Amino acid sequence: MLAIIDYGVGNLFSLSCSLKAIGKESVITSDSEIIRNADRIILPGVGAFGDAAEKLRSSGMAELVKEQAAAGKPLMGICLGMQLLLDKSFEYGEHPGLGLISGEIRPISDVIPEDYKIPQIGWNYLKFNKPECPIFKYIKEGDFVYFVHSFYGTDCSENTAAVTEYGAPLTAVVWKDNVFGCQFHPEKSGEVGLSILRAFCETEGPQC
Amino acid sequence: MITKRIIPCLDVKDGRVVKGVNFEGLNDVSSPVTLAEYYSNCGADELVFYDITASSDGRKLFTDILTETASKVFIPLTVGGGINTIEDFDRVLKCGADKVSVNSGAIRNPDLIPEAAKLYGDQCVVISADVKRVDGVFRVFAKGGRENTGMEAIEWIKRCVGNGAGEVVLNSIDTDGVKNGFDLEMLDAVCNAVSVPVIASGGAGCIDDFTKLFKTLPKVDAGLAASIFHFGEVSISDLKQELKANGIPVRI
Repeated sequence: MLAIIDYGVGNLFSLSCSLKAIGKESVITSDSEIIRNADRIILPGVGAFGDAAEKLRSSGMAELVKEQAAAGKPLMGICLGMQLLLDKSFEYGEHPGLGLISGEIRPISDVIPEDYKIPQIGWNYLKFNKPECPIFKYIKEGDFVYFVHSFYGTDCSENTAAVTEYGAPLTAVVWKDNVFGCQFHPEKSGEVGLSILRAFCETEGPQC
Repeated sequence: MITKRIIPCLDVKDGRVVKGVNFEGLNDVSSPVTLAEYYSNCGADELVFYDITASSDGRKLFTDILTETASKVFIPLTVGGGINTIEDFDRVLKCGADKVSVNSGAIRNPDLIPEAAKLYGDQCVVISADVKRVDGVFRVFAKGGRENTGMEAIEWIKRCVGNGAGEVVLNSIDTDGVKNGFDLEMLDAVCNAVSVPVIASGGAGCIDDFTKLFKTLPKVDAGLAASIFHFGEVSISDLKQELKANGIPVRI
């Protein structure tokens, strides 16, 4: 059973449907017992970083997710959920993240050319920094995934597993041990996205 | 590099796909769920479901179909039609929509776009504008293109984007259904006025119309069409191959 963390941010219908499509049972939950018993965790999220980080903390989910990740359970953050894995964000002020992966969230306008549109909306390809990243098992470099974002992860150093090119290289996947983060939406990235989720569901954790 | 998106639009009435010419004379085509799966497999980058139902029964059929589609098709889904309130946003987002496009609802209620953008994020809110030339001026039309609001279109679209709309669908009533190409002049004016993605709609009749669109106006992000896809006049895979051969970045 995979636990999709419900902390009142975003629509999780497509995510649970996409997991069902690859034969993975999942539950949308904020129940700490269910999350502790799950074999893996997905941290979703859309919207603003500050609000989401606050909701994670006040609901107790932030500590729980950190505890589970430290215990070696496979964890995937998606979109804002990926951004929350990093140290801090500069989206409308400065907000601390979970600090599971080193790095910061900054506006893409800092690095992309002026005539590029913000947000980046649409299909862009993946360029692998770490082809050995387990969630790339069933996909190849150059495959397209669906992005919607105005902020990006920077200074993730050796934890950057893939980037995408949008006038500048933007972090697309972060990876450290059992913790993965996708800036794009695998649940909206067709067959490629389902393949990423399938590979994540096959990564090994302590309770698998 | 981000790719140009090809987006089939499914006008849905009472649970069936229909497409009119100049918004009138509707023809039943096929099941929305079947069509959505077919398009997704053919390489469509995104789907638009437009609810043209007026009754509450029809609305229920629409959300049922949306739910079924979203559970089978894993590409972005945009929903429009009959979106007048935050409750309408909530209703379709819960059924699996990723983006919601507003048209007449935003004209009637100026607070709709800013409120929705604040609640769901700019990326979720699409302004869909039906625009027609009246005495040489671009005017915004409401109610499915039947009513001239008198508003100048470029200023209206700029205001919507300023209020939080994260994407613009520009539907030219002048070229819609004519199948003689997109309205490049109108699109150029909109692309020069806003910095968010712009989706061209109305007028596609053949593959060359898309090639011309993206070659002439590199700022346009996506091309939307309905009947030429539904009737098989243009196949999405052929279209994308042809765009690629012309050096236009597409997802294949």
